[in-house]
Amino acid sequence: MFIETILIAMREIRRNVMRSSLTILGIVIGVAAVITMVTVGDGATKQVAYEISSLGSNLLDVRPGQSFRGPGGTRSGAPMFKIADAEAIERDVSGLAGVAPMTGRSAQAIYGNENWATNITGSTNNFLLVRNWVLSGGRQFTDGELRAGAAVCIIGATIRKQLFGEQDPVGRTIRLEKLSCQVIGELKSKGQSSFGMDQDDIVLIPLRTVQRRIVGNNDISSISVSAKDGVSTEKVKEEIERLLRERRRIGKNKEDDFNVRDMQEIVKTLTGTTRLLTTLLGAVAAVSLLVGGIGIMNIMLVSVTERTREIGIRLAIGAMEKQVLMQFLIEAVVLSCFGGLIGIILGIAAAAAGASALKVPLILNIGIIIIAFVFSAAVGVVFGFFPARKAALLDPIEALRHE
Amino acid sequence: MITTPSGTGNMYPVIELNNVTRVYGTGTAAVNALQGIDLRIDHGDFVAVMGPSGSGKSTCMNILGCLDTPSSGTYRFKGVEVGNLSRDQRALLRRHYLGFVFQGFNLLNRTSALENVELPLIYRGTPATERREMARKALAAVGLNGWESHTPAELSGGQQQRVAIARAIVASPEVLFADEPTGNLDSARSREIMELMTDFNRDQGITIVMVTHDAVMAAYARRIVRFMDGIIDKEEQNGG
Repeated sequence: MFIETILIAMREIRRNVMRSSLTILGIVIGVAAVITMVTVGDGATKQVAYEISSLGSNLLDVRPGQSFRGPGGTRSGAPMFKIADAEAIERDVSGLAGVAPMTGRSAQAIYGNENWATNITGSTNNFLLVRNWVLSGGRQFTDGELRAGAAVCIIGATIRKQLFGEQDPVGRTIRLEKLSCQVIGELKSKGQSSFGMDQDDIVLIPLRTVQRRIVGNNDISSISVSAKDGVSTEKVKEEIERLLRERRRIGKNKEDDFNVRDMQEIVKTLTGTTRLLTTLLGAVAAVSLLVGGIGIMNIMLVSVTERTREIGIRLAIGAMEKQVLMQFLIEAVVLSCFGGLIGIILGIAAAAAGASALKVPLILNIGIIIIAFVFSAAVGVVFGFFPARKAALLDPIEALRHE
Repeated sequence: MITTPSGTGNMYPVIELNNVTRVYGTGTAAVNALQGIDLRIDHGDFVAVMGPSGSGKSTCMNILGCLDTPSSGTYRFKGVEVGNLSRDQRALLRRHYLGFVFQGFNLLNRTSALENVELPLIYRGTPATERREMARKALAAVGLNGWESHTPAELSGGQQQRVAIARAIVASPEVLFADEPTGNLDSARSREIMELMTDFNRDQGITIVMVTHDAVMAAYARRIVRFMDGIIDKEEQNGG
């Protein structure tokens, strides 16, 4: 009998294709919107997390000056680090994979007729380690080059493209301001970061070379520290802070004049933000699902009125209340489920299109698809019940007389 | 399920009304549509119900068809007191024992003749293949061989009423209630319909209760019950 009731409902839906499709439109749009929003949002979250982790896993960034003091003159009073600070961290803090002291500034790079404004970073081979750089050609610095401050460099993919095009840069010499510098290696591309910076726009030179021949001082502007896998970055951060407070002789009640940023914290903050946005967008989309449900109720009420005589016939012939109720309820549920299915297909298609347009990975969240479908079915039950009850309680005599 | 007293056979009349009244509304606005009806219809009878509009014949038909219940008095269908049954129990009674033919045909639109005839069997839970076979046979019995897939809109009035009759008799009911079945048809079509009903009454022993305004149609019945102002004015036996 239940199967028969479903068949009756299906037959009624087929009988009025136009009305049925308009009825489910609200649900289709609602479900598609939820799935698109959540899928693209998830993709964006993943992308942000991936891009930050490509900066280096378990990375801590140590800089002089206070953070979060608004834009402008923040680091003024704070003294720069010296190489000894980086060495002290490497020596005294446990659980580290690498410490890379860094300095640098922007400069013009020239090769032949090509020139390109880029960022010079002075550091050691540890820079490659802590920032997750991989060489796509050439070699790292030798100890001798690092110690002597040799005029050698490793270039990023952007520079290589701008200055050399398709040529092999290794072994050629580029000019960085007054320094002629031999290219000994090139970095594998990382692409644009989610902050909009081109990470590949970089020239890496031995720290000492940059200090002596480009910036002209012995300062270290920041230290990148990478913790070993499984080591709490929280703990490493505390140790570095304690060590630096000691070295910089900061009194007990004074604030730090440096700050240690934990990349994982930033990852958490940023992914938390995108996740919140995803939830908000999903919620807005869910409202449209609710509106779709009201659309179904509206059409079902109209349909009950329009089919009063049919209901009268069914009742006269011997349909029981619950059978008429089930017929209309199932009709509403089948409609909304069907809308849900079409919405899922459209939603996935739209999410795929959106993901490729926004260049984020397509991550299908099966959970949200199931929830959207169940929700659309529930919408059918909830909003179909009232019209169905109205139909079931009709007086057959009145209903048969209805024009 | 409705259970009739076991082994009843024809011990009880199919229909037995005792002092049945039906009042619509309450207080000063109350309308006494039926004011004490006594009526007995035996198995296999063919009764024509006549009377002017407002005489109470439609009210009486609704009660006989178990669509309505008496305000007072008793209506026994095969010995079962219908007034004591719930809405759903009456639906089951209609499902298993009654068939209806209406003046306006009352077929489902955009539904094939075959599906229309299948409808009562669906509610009876008859398996699909058997159901289709029975519906086909019923359509053949009313002379609509080959019209199974046509929708009501594609059928003439006479054909639509035949489909309605096929739907009413497909489940072999005890009683067929016909409410002015020829009211919308011309005289030739009307005679065909009446002959069909007479056949079912004679050959299958289906009891028929028919409301009509037309004396020519009433002449097909064995008995004529005339209503007037909410009471039965006259009962007469048809000689022919």
